[in-house]
Amino acid sequence: MRINNRDNFAIYTQGLTKKFGSLTAVNQLNLSIETGSIYGFLGPNGCGKSTTIRMLCGLLTPTSGTAEVMGFAIPQQAEALKKQVGYMTQKFSLYGDLTVVENLKFMGQIFGLNHRYLKTRIDELISRYNLLAQKDQRVASMSGGQKQRLALAASVMHKPALLFLDEPTSAVDPENRRDFWEKLFDLSESGTTILVSTHYMDEAERCHQLAILERGAMKAEGTPEKLMQEIAAEVVEVKGSHLRQLKSQLLAFPEIKSVAQQGIRLRVLVDKNVSHPIEFIKTKITDEDLECNMAHPSLEDVFVTVTGNSISETANKGNA
Amino acid sequence: MAPLQRILAIIIKELKQLGRDRLTFGMVIMIPLIQLLMFGYAINTDVRNIPIGVVNQSDSAVARILTETIKVTQVVDVVASYNTPDEAEKAIVRGEIRGALIFPNDLTKRIVQGEVLGQLVVDGSDTVISSALLQLRNFPLDEIIIEPNLSRKANKPTFEVALFFNPSRRSQVNIIPGLVGIILTMTMVLFTSAAIVREREQGNLELLITTPIRSIELMIGKILPYIIVGLIQVVIVLGLGYLVFDVGITGNLFDVFLVTLLFIAASLVLGLIISTIAKTQLQAMQMTIFVLLPSILLSGFMFPYEAMPKAAQYIAELLPATHFMRMIRAVVLKGADATSLVYDNLWLIGFTVIGLIIASIRFKKRLD
Repeated sequence: MRINNRDNFAIYTQGLTKKFGSLTAVNQLNLSIETGSIYGFLGPNGCGKSTTIRMLCGLLTPTSGTAEVMGFAIPQQAEALKKQVGYMTQKFSLYGDLTVVENLKFMGQIFGLNHRYLKTRIDELISRYNLLAQKDQRVASMSGGQKQRLALAASVMHKPALLFLDEPTSAVDPENRRDFWEKLFDLSESGTTILVSTHYMDEAERCHQLAILERGAMKAEGTPEKLMQEIAAEVVEVKGSHLRQLKSQLLAFPEIKSVAQQGIRLRVLVDKNVSHPIEFIKTKITDEDLECNMAHPSLEDVFVTVTGNSISETANKGNA
Repeated sequence: MAPLQRILAIIIKELKQLGRDRLTFGMVIMIPLIQLLMFGYAINTDVRNIPIGVVNQSDSAVARILTETIKVTQVVDVVASYNTPDEAEKAIVRGEIRGALIFPNDLTKRIVQGEVLGQLVVDGSDTVISSALLQLRNFPLDEIIIEPNLSRKANKPTFEVALFFNPSRRSQVNIIPGLVGIILTMTMVLFTSAAIVREREQGNLELLITTPIRSIELMIGKILPYIIVGLIQVVIVLGLGYLVFDVGITGNLFDVFLVTLLFIAASLVLGLIISTIAKTQLQAMQMTIFVLLPSILLSGFMFPYEAMPKAAQYIAELLPATHFMRMIRAVVLKGADATSLVYDNLWLIGFTVIGLIIASIRFKKRLD
């Protein structure tokens, strides 16, 4: 990475590492996140997403490595950075016993916005994030989607140049998730750099750039399209009877990277070195009513090939 | 057997959780251990070594011999001598001494005539102290007056007693101002300690520390609202004390305000320090109790400070409640001027400032 290029990056890290005792939560992470982009961390729970975000906003001290965020060295200049970043925590962290307006006012005052501007800013945010009806409602009684919109409104109150979103949509339904992403694209359009962590594939697919994390290490990076194009496997959809048995039969071959059942189909990832994957399966499995079709790789397939596990399997291993 | 199994499951789970909450577990051991040792030695209803002063206007050897004899009883400890009764009274108001022996200039003549020898001025605010001092009223003079011709008139006491501040010797007079200190310790320490811990438990703190707010700003902002809460409590206690128990305020109301304000600030800061140690509201509560118990038992609220052994007195000096107890009683009961209580004032101010600095340093805007 050439040094003069660093100006284009909102976040630039070298060998960023965080250890908690014997556990390495984040391992040698090199990030270069372009200003104005939406950058996603995709990975299961416990893969180091939250720890990385917390290090980048100065809440945790890295064990080793360097990080530069918005031109500030972290953690030394973390306090100066705090005026320029917004942070939406994984767990809702505004005050349940205050109303929507009271919460926004509080955050605005903490960020030192002047009284008159704050008033217009709150009105603006309330209408932009569809909170008009809940304006004077106490937050504890609101739905997950409403709380999430409020949290986003609060985190962009001071118009931060960089926004950290830690699993922002884990508590909302898919429709709210879609709306939420519309708001993120608006913010990105106006020049805000956004770093978002997720374990949802559909959400990851919307990012400009994506990093796949597993156990604190980066397994792959690129645009979602590029990641799907360059996947080191062919995807074959197999229809047949006795899918459970078929699955274990297929997994016995080293060329088969993974088999996942999807309803009445099996989604089989075959190593790229196998030139005719459908032929390969048909010669290995002697079953006449086997129906094989090639399929487009999805982000989930990418995830499986780079980590060797599906996202839920990785999470289970991480927790064990 | 299913009910038993379920109960057992809960028991095992509770014990495991208790064992893993190290601070709570520590408190389970420490509260009885420390408090027993502390109070076992400190609580002593047999009052000794009450500090008193002597005003010797007779300038005679008899007065000195008399003083020495009284000292031998160990009930009192003569810590100062004054030239005039007025000076001695001022020292009582300031709380430096609890009583004074005044020997008039015709002391020798009084001995010869078998009259009352002198005056014993007693600070009556603490009834335990005043009862002990009242024993001296009929102090036998057999040991000093060996001349057989001189005999005491049967119905004359040795000293004439002047009971100050609480002539009817009602214990409420001393309890009610003291209760202000206990109630404030309880609520102020708990409120602030829980206030920050609650934000941490509910996750608000993670958001708050990503903002430009400084530790000291957060600390001061957390304290100030509770000062009003504390003042409301003081008004309730002293107001009811006056209306129901007829304990009036002798001193200036502004002095009462000033003294309580200092104590509220010190207690709130103590709560802040606890909040930087405790991880959960339960832990904050336990640590508050750990402070509250000695504040009740060692501060002079329940048992006279003077009656405690030196070691316990040193511990008591560390507690803001001890200093407040002295000051509020001086102001409310004896009409003392808040500014005359220099030592206790400075101590509380020092405690507040240093405590605030410690809390701000301990409160890290970090999660690790």
